[in-house]
Amino acid sequence: MERMLSAKRWGRGRSKGRRGRALLLLALSGFGMNAAPAQQKKDSCVECHAALEGPLAEPVAVMKEDIHRQRGFSCAECHGGDPSSDDLLAAKDPKTGFIGRPSPRAIPAFCGRCHSDAEFMKRYNPALRVDQEREYFTSIHGKRLRAGDTRVATCTSCHGAHGIRSAHHPLSPVYPLNVAETCARCHADATYMKGYRLPHDQYDRYKRSAHARALYERQDLSAPTCNDCHGNHGAVPPGATSVARVCGQCHVRQSELFHTSPHKAAFDALQLAECVYCHGNHDVLSPTDEMIGTGERSVCISCHTPGDAGYQAAERMRALLDELSHELERARAILDRAERAGMEVSRAKFELSQAHDALTHARVLVHAFSVKELESAIRPGLDVARRGYQAGEKALAELTYRRKGLAVSLLFILVLAALLYLKIRELEGRS
Amino acid sequence: MRVETWRSWLDERLGTAAVREFLRAKEVPIHRHTIWYYFGGMTLFLFVVQVVTGALLLLYYRPSAENAFESVQFIMTEVEFGWLIRSIHSWSANLMIATLFVHMFSAYFMKAYRPPRELTWVSGTVLLFLVLAFGFSGYLLPWNKLAFFATKVGTDIAGDVPLIGPFLLRFLRGGDEVTGATLTRFFGFHVAILPGITTIVLTVHLVLVQKHGMSVPPSLEGKNLRTMKFFPNFLLRDLVGWVLAVGALAALAALFPWGLGEKADPFAPAPAGIKPEWYFLFMFQTLRLLPARVGIIEGEVFGVTLFLLGGIFWMLVPFLDTPTSSGWRSRFFTGLGVGLVFYIVAMTVWGYLT
Repeated sequence: MERMLSAKRWGRGRSKGRRGRALLLLALSGFGMNAAPAQQKKDSCVECHAALEGPLAEPVAVMKEDIHRQRGFSCAECHGGDPSSDDLLAAKDPKTGFIGRPSPRAIPAFCGRCHSDAEFMKRYNPALRVDQEREYFTSIHGKRLRAGDTRVATCTSCHGAHGIRSAHHPLSPVYPLNVAETCARCHADATYMKGYRLPHDQYDRYKRSAHARALYERQDLSAPTCNDCHGNHGAVPPGATSVARVCGQCHVRQSELFHTSPHKAAFDALQLAECVYCHGNHDVLSPTDEMIGTGERSVCISCHTPGDAGYQAAERMRALLDELSHELERARAILDRAERAGMEVSRAKFELSQAHDALTHARVLVHAFSVKELESAIRPGLDVARRGYQAGEKALAELTYRRKGLAVSLLFILVLAALLYLKIRELEGRS
Repeated sequence: MRVETWRSWLDERLGTAAVREFLRAKEVPIHRHTIWYYFGGMTLFLFVVQVVTGALLLLYYRPSAENAFESVQFIMTEVEFGWLIRSIHSWSANLMIATLFVHMFSAYFMKAYRPPRELTWVSGTVLLFLVLAFGFSGYLLPWNKLAFFATKVGTDIAGDVPLIGPFLLRFLRGGDEVTGATLTRFFGFHVAILPGITTIVLTVHLVLVQKHGMSVPPSLEGKNLRTMKFFPNFLLRDLVGWVLAVGALAALAALFPWGLGEKADPFAPAPAGIKPEWYFLFMFQTLRLLPARVGIIEGEVFGVTLFLLGGIFWMLVPFLDTPTSSGWRSRFFTGLGVGLVFYIVAMTVWGYLT
């Protein structure tokens, strides 16, 4: 009966397929048969393909790792056919709904048959989204596929065809640590990308970025990889006017400040790509204070010229940041020196962290491009840093005082010891 | 005249004349090993320094997980000469253990445990264990990161003592983990229980030393040795050593103030390469070198048992070294002592280098 239901399901259209799936589930659950025991049933697909060699044996070889297989699905659930038959022709009879290898154009619908069906999916993974197929067709990949380009990525390009693992599995090609490599399989291939007039160095540039360092070196899985900015199923490059919002998913404060700053209107007018214009995109490096101001590495001077208000503001903002950095460094150095000399300065060092926080806050506030606001963050930091420096000076002065005190004490101690020695000599001389 | 009046007044009430007479009669033999006699007095002096500085630290120290670190920080930064008192307390503790080891091994090699001084030796070894307990309990009191994890490791090792290990571990920690309860407990041990016991054992030790006088090595026994008066000659020489020790402590405290480190955080990972204080390092290194299992016994349990038996053996040396007691030379025990010194030094150095 199950076989028949399966055959009906694959032989008919999509709506009928849904009914068929519902009946299949009913059959599995209603008769006390969950999906797992179905695996032990005869499966001529597995039997034959296991005996084959090369690519035809591969589906069986990797199916143990497959999440669908682990949930109790067999080959026929996706490919149709009659797995109870040992006869090749009967098992692959088109009347049984046998599909074989779906064409690239058919793959989104092939997977979407289950993955776009909320009723069906919630029986297995209620938390999983069911709009991937719809979203896919909003992506450049989906649009081009619809237009007939079968070289673009479909579901199987990223997730694999057989041996599909959960996206949370560290070996899955779509696990955060593997996403960039998965995208790079096509996007870093110059030959493959030739016809698309797209660069192919994004992967190399990304690997140099601060984001990649956080992801690969610190193993911070929340650090962005390709899909965090481009989307995954709906992958598109973010537009010039929306890129700040994409970056703002993580850099919330910077994005807010930028959107309320005078730069927002100016960037829109010039059609500049907001964050990307100053920070780059794939090779986003850790920002430095040199990016602001009027120095050689400043990004401000690409628009502002000497004498204009923005140029002066940039100069002033850089001076403020430099002043706090300098004071902070000076305080750290003297406190470190005192600490190395054995002085107890942990409290002063702890308090100095407020100055470091102020500097971090100021570096974020730069995105408001307001000298006044920046000054309001820098001033308290400067006060703390100067207090830290004074604490260091006090500790070193105390150290000098101790050493002088020691010298005087040692003098008295040695004199006392000498006197005792003389007394002993006198006593022993007498006896 | 007035001094005489006071003296006779005191004598009538306290019997000080007998003490004066005892001091006048007490003599110290002079020979090539006399220098070792000073280490007992030096250890005693450093113990007194510990008592005095410890009492001063008690004025500001607060024994709780919330306040201990901050109170020591306050002592080091805000209290007038607090840094000096705390640094002297820490340095003096280490010097005291060092001089105690020298005193113990000099007594051992001079066979000072020969009859009738067996109990002097036994009380001395008990004092050694008490001083090590002082060191272990005092180390935790600043409640810093290193002390926290060293105590965790140390109490874990105590948990390996056969039969009573699990009880001992909970008793020391005041629970299953090192917490504020452990700190309060260690503070109690450090300032009340251990000083109480030490006072009694130390009194016994000193009374026995006075009763039996200074021992001379067997090779010099029976020879007509020169002597010096204990009072004032020997005591004045002791005093020179003590005055110089004060100078050394002041120099160490001023030039190398005892650090405080970071406050203990029970949720932080243990710092890499954590090691106990130098006087426990030879035992720690031995335990590290032992395999996971020695026969049917767990390696660490085996090691701890070995050290326990070793401690008991060491304490009973006067009763086991029968040749020496009978007036013969005992090469075995001399060799054992030399081997032990080499073992302790080698393991300590190894422990520091690895």
